[in-house]
Amino acid sequence: MWVEGCQRAGLGSVTVPDDLPMIHARGLVKRFGDFTAVAGIDVDVARGEAFGFLGPNGAGKSSTMRMIGCVSPVTEGTLRVLGHDPAADGRRIRARLGVVPQEDTLDFELSVMENLVVYGRYFGMSRRQAAERGRQLLEFVHLEERASSQVEPLSGGMKRRLTIARSLINEPDLLLLDEPTTGLDPQARHVVWDRLFRLKQRGVTLVLTTHYMDEAEQLCDRLVVMDSGRIAAEGSPAALIREWSTREVVELRFAADETEEQGEKVESLVAQPGRPLHALVDRVELLPDRVLLYSDDGDGTVAELHRGGMQPESVLVRRSSLEDVFLRLTGRSLVE
Amino acid sequence: MTTTLPTGPVPALAPAPSGLALVGRAVDFWRVQFRRTWRGTWASTVLTPLGFLAAMGLGLGSIVDSGAQASTLGGVDYLDFIAPGLLAASVMQQAAFESSYPVLGAIKWARQYHAQLATPLRVRDALAGHLLWVAVRLAISAAVFLVIMGLFGTFHSWWALLCLPAAVLTGMAFAPGIFGFAARLETDSGFALLFRFAIMPMFLFSGTFFPVSQLPDWLEPLAYAVPLWHGVDLCRDLALGTVSWGSSLGHIAYLLLWVAGGFAVALRTFSRRLVS
Repeated sequence: MWVEGCQRAGLGSVTVPDDLPMIHARGLVKRFGDFTAVAGIDVDVARGEAFGFLGPNGAGKSSTMRMIGCVSPVTEGTLRVLGHDPAADGRRIRARLGVVPQEDTLDFELSVMENLVVYGRYFGMSRRQAAERGRQLLEFVHLEERASSQVEPLSGGMKRRLTIARSLINEPDLLLLDEPTTGLDPQARHVVWDRLFRLKQRGVTLVLTTHYMDEAEQLCDRLVVMDSGRIAAEGSPAALIREWSTREVVELRFAADETEEQGEKVESLVAQPGRPLHALVDRVELLPDRVLLYSDDGDGTVAELHRGGMQPESVLVRRSSLEDVFLRLTGRSLVE
Repeated sequence: MTTTLPTGPVPALAPAPSGLALVGRAVDFWRVQFRRTWRGTWASTVLTPLGFLAAMGLGLGSIVDSGAQASTLGGVDYLDFIAPGLLAASVMQQAAFESSYPVLGAIKWARQYHAQLATPLRVRDALAGHLLWVAVRLAISAAVFLVIMGLFGTFHSWWALLCLPAAVLTGMAFAPGIFGFAARLETDSGFALLFRFAIMPMFLFSGTFFPVSQLPDWLEPLAYAVPLWHGVDLCRDLALGTVSWGSSLGHIAYLLLWVAGGFAVALRTFSRRLVS
């Protein structure tokens, strides 16, 4: 059903289907010459949701974000952002987006406040409006004391917060963040997360890309794991862990030169049907420095290992994380 | 754990702002940016015309005027001859500067174009806005140059006031093309080539310092093809009051052709570079 989407006077008669999500993509493809960056993905992001694109470098996250940001033209497929086609209504859509690009685009020759004001002007705000909103935003990102300082000497975390403040100048309906905390120290990352969490609570729809699992777990209601331009899995962080990993992971370490030999021993123990270990352990992974056992009962697994005569140098039982899902889906080999 | 999301229809979009409004917003950015850096530019804006007119016009001019070749210049003082030529040539030179480093910077270093393209501005708005700002800068410099020409007493007609738009037009015949050139570069080393092998030769051999008819015959047509000669001749006719409609309108049309062609080229390279 289509409803009259535009209630406010003077905005013309614009119709938007009331069941369309903030972002709607079907078979979305992005090609650069022979190279396919995004190989046909389906995505829906609902209003108020915090949605994440997770994936290694080169997975197609940024290309997807640039298409959603109505900067990069769609090669194939359907894309609707805020219910509209970026190819036809890019200007109008971008007027309602906030964008935090992967690389900062701050003007180093201008002060912190001037950066906000010139950006507000791009959205048609008056100088006064932009300055007033700018002051509120600097307070929001804890930069109010830096309003008149130059951008250049700010720390990486401060620049990032300034970029986030800038992206909010037009009170966007949809905030796009491309690797918002890459390169920041842990303190700075937590400040950024805290601010983004506030925005989420206020009902701002967030879409972010990241290769930090903790970031995705902290911020995202739902996410997709991308690999080589495709979506490998989709769901909430908890659901993804349930689906793609076990509840717990047992990490065994052996003396350096014995890891391979002992690891194979563990594998053969687990492989014997009828042994309790076979039922307990879902999957064994041999890494150069340690052996991982995926199991819903970590302590029970450790006990059975001891009973089977295994004597690892150290044993760690931990909860399964999104990182386990990520590595399972996208592999452990370096993408370069 | 359940999360409740604010649902409801996707918010409606406002009508698109006009292209003119968007271009104005881009111009406004460059204006604000210039406010930060203008102090450093005044010295060259004032000293360039002063130095050239004093050294070439008065110094060299005293030798030229005492020589037997005065008829080559159509019987005018050397100072009067080269002042409008220098105006056009130095505005061209400034246009080249303003269209090279700042453009590559806005693409690669400070990345201001990328900031603009994340907002309602389109590539054509960012390009046209920056070009318009270059025109404003050229107009300021040309105005200063004209005031100094006035102080040197080189005006012979009220037509001379039109030297201002003529000089800006001359600079703008180069600006968009150089924008396009800059948008193809990865490093600024290309600019050294541009200045050494294009801007400098034009500056010297486009009728600025001596009539193009003095060039070897095989070079003459090349000088006529270069837009600078048309700008120099146009400014000279205006300053000396020797305007003839046919040639002046021809010059204007030729320069406008370069503006339009350059813009088309720049729009293509900008689009390829910025929104691939």
